[in-house]
Amino acid sequence: MAVAAETIITAIHGDRVSLLRVLGPAHVWALGVGIVLVGEFTGWNFSADKGGALAALIVCWVVGLLYTSVAMIDSEVTSTVAAAGGQYAQAKHIVGPLMAFNVALFLVFAYTMLEVSDAILLGDTIVAKAGVEGLTHNSFIAATIVVLAWLNYRGVLMTLNVNFVITAIAYVSIVILFFSVSPWTQGAVLKLNELVTPGNALPYGWIGVIAAFQFGIWYYLGIEGTTQAAEEVRSPARSLPYGTMAGMITLLIAAAMTWYVCASLMPWEYLGITYYPLWDAGKLTGSPLLENLLFIATLLAALASANGCINDAARAWFSLGRDRYLPTWFSAVHPKYRTPYRSILFLLPIALAFAFIADLNQAITFSILSGVLQYTFMSINIMMFRKKWPLGTIRRGYTHPFHPLPAIVLFCLCVVTFFAIFLGFGSQLIAMTIFYFLISLWFHFYRYRYVRRGDQFTMPWPKPQGY
Amino acid sequence: MSRYTPPEQGKAGQIFDIVVVVVAIFVALWLPLKLGLAGAAKSIDALDAKTWEALGQNPTMASIWEKLGYTPETAHDIIQNRFHYIIDWPTLIIMAAVLIGYFVFLFRASDREYRDVINEKFDDK
Repeated sequence: MAVAAETIITAIHGDRVSLLRVLGPAHVWALGVGIVLVGEFTGWNFSADKGGALAALIVCWVVGLLYTSVAMIDSEVTSTVAAAGGQYAQAKHIVGPLMAFNVALFLVFAYTMLEVSDAILLGDTIVAKAGVEGLTHNSFIAATIVVLAWLNYRGVLMTLNVNFVITAIAYVSIVILFFSVSPWTQGAVLKLNELVTPGNALPYGWIGVIAAFQFGIWYYLGIEGTTQAAEEVRSPARSLPYGTMAGMITLLIAAAMTWYVCASLMPWEYLGITYYPLWDAGKLTGSPLLENLLFIATLLAALASANGCINDAARAWFSLGRDRYLPTWFSAVHPKYRTPYRSILFLLPIALAFAFIADLNQAITFSILSGVLQYTFMSINIMMFRKKWPLGTIRRGYTHPFHPLPAIVLFCLCVVTFFAIFLGFGSQLIAMTIFYFLISLWFHFYRYRYVRRGDQFTMPWPKPQGY
Repeated sequence: MSRYTPPEQGKAGQIFDIVVVVVAIFVALWLPLKLGLAGAAKSIDALDAKTWEALGQNPTMASIWEKLGYTPETAHDIIQNRFHYIIDWPTLIIMAAVLIGYFVFLFRASDREYRDVINEKFDDK
C-alpha cells in the first residue's frame, strides 16, 4: 500500500496527481498483507476473551468469509472505478458526496487507530522484554509515531520497500514457529486436547461465539486497502482480483496456524488478555531462538503496519481537502518531498493523543468500528452499482460471481458484528455512530456549499439508470 | 442546469472548520474513554478458595500459568474476570435506532447531493 502511495506522490505536479501504472498482482498482495499481518501478532486473541478458544477459531473462518465477500465485491468495483482513494472514489461515483465524506472518515479512523494499536503493541512489547522496573511504554510509542510520520513526511520509497521485506520476515516467523512445534503431533510441545476441553471450549456458549466476531475482524482488517492502488496497477482487471484473493488466502493460512499454535500452548483465559500471543507462544516452546524471533517479528509487524497506516490515513485526509470536502489547506503537497505533508502533520497529534489515553483493546475497537461501518456501506454500494450500471452498460475490469450472494452475506455478517460489538462495547459503538451522524449533518448542511458539484464525477460512464 | 460555483473560503473560515473537525474527533473518541464508556464491560467473579482446581485449571494449564510466572492468587483476577452477556434491550434498541437512522440519513442526503452532481455533469454535455 505504501509503495503505491509513494508512486502516486512521485508523480505529483503542483496540486494535481497523476499516477504511474507500475504495479502487478504481487504488489497488490503485498499491499494487503503488509498492513494486516500485525493482526496475527495481537488483537485476534481478544476474541478468545469474548468467547473462548474455540470461538476464536470459528470466527477466524466465518469472518474470513466476510472478508472474502469484501475482496470479491471490492475487486469488481475497484477494477471499474480505477481511481485513487479506493472506497472513497467508489462512494463518490456510486452513492454521493456525503457517503464519500463518511467513507473517507472511516478509512482515516480505521487506519489511524490501527496505527495507535501498532504503536501501543510495539511499546508494550519492548517494555515487557526489557523488564526494567518503572519503564513505561510512552517514550517508545511517541518515538514510533513521530519517526514514522517523519519518514512519511520526507518521502518514503526506500522505507516502504523495506516494509515489504519486514512483512515477509514476520510472515515467515509464523511459518517457522508452526513447523518448529511439530504440529502433526500432540503432547510433546502442543497440548491442544488438554487446554481446549469440552468443558472450556465455549465458556459462554454460542452467544460468546457471536461476541467474538468483534475481534475476529482483526484477523483481516485492512485487506480492503489493496484498492488504494487501483490507479497504479498495470492491469486492474487481473492484478486486483488475483492480488487481493491471494492476500486473503495467505492471511487465512496465517490465521489458522496462529490459532492452532497459540491455543495449543496457553490457556484461553491467558490467550484472551495477552498483548503478544505469538511472542508468548515462542516463549512457551522453551526455545530462546523462537522466543527472540517472535519478539523481533512482533516489532517488525507493528512497524510495517503503522507505517502503511500513516501513509493511507494521510492520503484519505489529503483527498478530502483536494475535493474541498475539508478545507483545501489539507490538500497541499510538499514542494520538495512531494508528500501530503499537512495531512501527515495534522493526524500526528491525534494518533499520539489516543496512543497515550487509550489501551490496546479500546484502540482496536475504535478501528474495528470504522471498519465495520465501511463494510456495511460496501454491501449496499455493490447493489447500487449493479442497479445504476447493469452488466453490459459499462466495461468492468472484473465481474464477481454469485451476485448478490456475497453482498447479502457481507451485510448479514456486518449486522452480527454490530451485535457482537454491542456485547461488551455497546457504548463505544453508539458514541462513534453519533459522531459520524453529527459530522455528516455538518457536512450536508454547511460544508457541502464549498464543493464543486459536477467535478465529483470523473469516470467516462453513461448517465446512471434512474437519474 | 446552471453550473454551481462554490464560494471561496477565507483563511479564517478554514481555520474555524479545522477546529470544528478536531473538536468533533476528540469529543467522539476521547469522551467515551474519559467517561468510562469505552472498553470491555467485564467484572470479577471472586472466589474464596484460590487454588488451580477452584479456578478450573487442570495440571497442564496450571503448569503453563506457572511457567508464565503466575500463582493461583495472581491468576485469580485474570481467570475470574468475565463478560456477563445479559442483553440490555433498551440499549440494544437505542443502538439499532442510532445505526439505522445514521445510514438512512446518509443514503438519503447523499442521493440528494448525487442528483446535483449527475445533473450538472450530464447536462453540460
